[in-house]
Amino acid sequence: MTTETAQGTAAAAPAGGAIRAYLTGHLREYGLLIALVAIMAFFQVLTDGTLLRPVNITNLFLQNSYIIIMALGMLIVIVGGNIDLSVGSVLGFVGALAAVMIVNWQMPVWVTVLACLLTGIVIGAAQGYWVAYWGIPSFIVTLAGMLVFRGASLWLLEGQSIGPFPTEFQRLSTGFVPDLLPWLGEPLAALAGARRVNGLTMAVAALASGAILWLGLRARARDRAYGMELEPTAFFVLRNAIVIGAILFLSWKLATFRGLPNVLVTMAVLTLVYAFITERTTLGRRIYALGGNRKAAALSGIPTERLTFLTFVNMGFLAALAGLIYAARLNVATPKAGFALELDVIAAVFIGGASMSGGVGRVVGAVVGAFIMGVMNNGMSIMGIGIDYQQVIKGLVLLAAVIFDVYNKRKQA
Amino acid sequence: MKPLLQMRGITKTFPGVRALDGVNLTVHAGEIHALVGENGAGKSTLMKVLSGVYPHGSYDGEILFDGAPVAFRSVRDSEEKGIIIIHQELALVPLLSIAENIFLGNECARGGVISWRETWARTEALLAKVGLDEAPQTPVERLGVGKQQLVEIAKALSRRVRLLILDEPTAALSEADSEKLLDLLLELRAQGVTSIIISHKLNEVRRVADRVTVLRDGATVASHDARAETLTEDMIVRDMVGRPMENRYPPREGRQAGEVLMEVRDWRVAHPEHAERIVVRDVSLRLRAGEVVGIAGLMGAGRTELAMSLFGESWGRKLAGEALIEGRPADISRVDRAIASGLAYVTEDRKELGLVLDEPITFNVTLANLAGVSRRGVLSPREESRVAERYREAMVIRTPGVHQKVVNLSGGNQQKVVLSKWLFADPRVLILDEPTRGIDVGAKYEIYTIINRLAAEGRGILMISSEMPELLGMCDRIYVMCEGTVVGELSADEASQERIMSLIVKHRRQAA
Repeated sequence: MTTETAQGTAAAAPAGGAIRAYLTGHLREYGLLIALVAIMAFFQVLTDGTLLRPVNITNLFLQNSYIIIMALGMLIVIVGGNIDLSVGSVLGFVGALAAVMIVNWQMPVWVTVLACLLTGIVIGAAQGYWVAYWGIPSFIVTLAGMLVFRGASLWLLEGQSIGPFPTEFQRLSTGFVPDLLPWLGEPLAALAGARRVNGLTMAVAALASGAILWLGLRARARDRAYGMELEPTAFFVLRNAIVIGAILFLSWKLATFRGLPNVLVTMAVLTLVYAFITERTTLGRRIYALGGNRKAAALSGIPTERLTFLTFVNMGFLAALAGLIYAARLNVATPKAGFALELDVIAAVFIGGASMSGGVGRVVGAVVGAFIMGVMNNGMSIMGIGIDYQQVIKGLVLLAAVIFDVYNKRKQA
Repeated sequence: MKPLLQMRGITKTFPGVRALDGVNLTVHAGEIHALVGENGAGKSTLMKVLSGVYPHGSYDGEILFDGAPVAFRSVRDSEEKGIIIIHQELALVPLLSIAENIFLGNECARGGVISWRETWARTEALLAKVGLDEAPQTPVERLGVGKQQLVEIAKALSRRVRLLILDEPTAALSEADSEKLLDLLLELRAQGVTSIIISHKLNEVRRVADRVTVLRDGATVASHDARAETLTEDMIVRDMVGRPMENRYPPREGRQAGEVLMEVRDWRVAHPEHAERIVVRDVSLRLRAGEVVGIAGLMGAGRTELAMSLFGESWGRKLAGEALIEGRPADISRVDRAIASGLAYVTEDRKELGLVLDEPITFNVTLANLAGVSRRGVLSPREESRVAERYREAMVIRTPGVHQKVVNLSGGNQQKVVLSKWLFADPRVLILDEPTRGIDVGAKYEIYTIINRLAAEGRGILMISSEMPELLGMCDRIYVMCEGTVVGELSADEASQERIMSLIVKHRRQAA
């Protein structure tokens, strides 16, 4: 017994050193995940379990969908070395436009949606043009845009709120995917003693979990084959256990409520698409090069101006999409819609590890960053903490996240 | 003479590396002390220990200044004692005037109110001392690198410098400016200023140094007294690399000039902001396959401007001229088109213009040819690693792995990454701008070997260099540029430093 323990310690000691070295190098990534889990646990306790009630989880997704959708575009803008302060106003403007078109002009929903998305693209292009081809700092161009579109939505709405929207439009945000696999849900419900279980939700969750595990294992095998630094097995297992556990847990909650919200599907698909673009395509690679060293990128034959332009076009498109979802969720367009929302979006991206100077940041980080903000918003609201304290706390969390980043970088150097 | 500075048994370790291993350095008052060694030998680390960038306690060993032990906790501490470093990358504020820069953080002020009269008067005295004929109010950005260097020295003098440390002071200077700077160092020595000069240029070291300390692999390998023994460059090189270097340039074998690869006719380029300033004036040149052709000239001759305007018009505004590649007019009006036409430009400023420093080798090597590691726009990480690995072997890039960030590599290895990037784009014509700037002797030889190999493969090499021996040692032909025009063309047999200089001087005299 004694010898066994001694051997065990001896074997563990060098491994412990390697794990510590690995951890200091990758503290950021784990830190983010751990922070999210910790914050959720914290509010779960403080709200007496309200946070993770099925209805609230559904709400969490609905409430944060537009922030996450815009964070995807903002991440790309920031990685490209710019910033977009106008997205809150653009979101409000597009919502107003949708309300005017549908409610006042009685236009069909699909025409409105297309026109609004197109409007977002045009707005993005109009701002991106000055930044990309005239070299005007994005801070200034989009600050101007923020004022212009705030004013434009006031003008469109004539200072009034316009609503409500037809159900068809509301479904963009508050609708749920119909359960295509009820035969799967029934036995599950019987098994768990739940009133009902959405089969499709659980099937999707199982598929997603499987895919995550499979892709993770594949990437790991590739890393090993190419002699890249390998994540310690314990970390790999733990990280995937947390992620998959969270997916299954949240899906179960959703499944026992009303199933998959439409918006969650939109969000998940967009996240996957943008993660793929940024990490695996030449287009994404060029954006990182642009933000990392614009001159070197230009001298490598990368069309830096056009690329900058496109990052803003993309941002405009996503801001418009978020605007539609936002309006559909509130079921009314108001002149105040989206006020100061750009700050939440930018904060999410920086909490997610992006760098102000460009070239650094990941889509997954931005999404987790947005959830951290979202859970805090939601948790504090449930607890009845005033908006005043909420702002202070959110500000401090943003600052802490960035200080943590800088501290971490310094320790590595 | 008593020693002004003694560093004894300095050992500094970073995670996984021992950068300095018991280094000793003794500098006597009133001497010019040269510190030489290959990149990565530990020169910069040693100077960072001395100046307090690495604070006392983060290294082992002791430092005595003026015979008393010192423990600097920051750069401020060492500056207080009069130890001042002038870094390779100058630390001046471009938009402030010379006077403001010199007295930055040390203003001639009473109660926070600056006395401009006193500032300017003192600046004038300092500028006279360093031999810079400029008004104290001139913004620093209007000065060339050489003059900026003098401003830095004036700044050091304003702080009652006792030990002046110059890190590669002539790396960015033309021959004439370098001469001036070295003369100034000798003059300062006569006035009693002690200095340490870090340099790769051994002819300069030989010219000014009273004592030479050689570092290799983080240890002191030799310390020569130049006044007691006659130092030769070969002796120093032997200490630096640990073996005798017979030839500084590899033999040019297997090279054969073939068909004309690129021809430039009447190329004329204006300054991007001042349209009336013609920076490249009607330049015509030809480059054959398998040839290494040099472009000689002083700083400001318009060589880099010519190269960058040829490469996708990435500098200035092109006014006239045409370029032919393999006999056909080529569209090189944008960088991507220039690359498609078979052109590559290896910049003189690899950190600013050549590399994305925070990204790994794989990222940088594939950047100019992403199509080569992707299918339908989707990158293949496997292919990227394979490509980077191939160049790591072919170019002997010294790194723990191809996923290492390039910021962690030494200058020579970074340069090899830039070269790899362009080779992966498979160009017919390579324009190399100062390809060995800031690189140590051993790595230079490797770069030369690579250049020869590329020429032997039938590519054309256009090589810009401010080091004339390098051009003479490497090139089949040399164009001489002065004030934006080609003032002469010399074959390898005809070329010599004197011929090149006389062409430049003759042009200047005619112009004047």
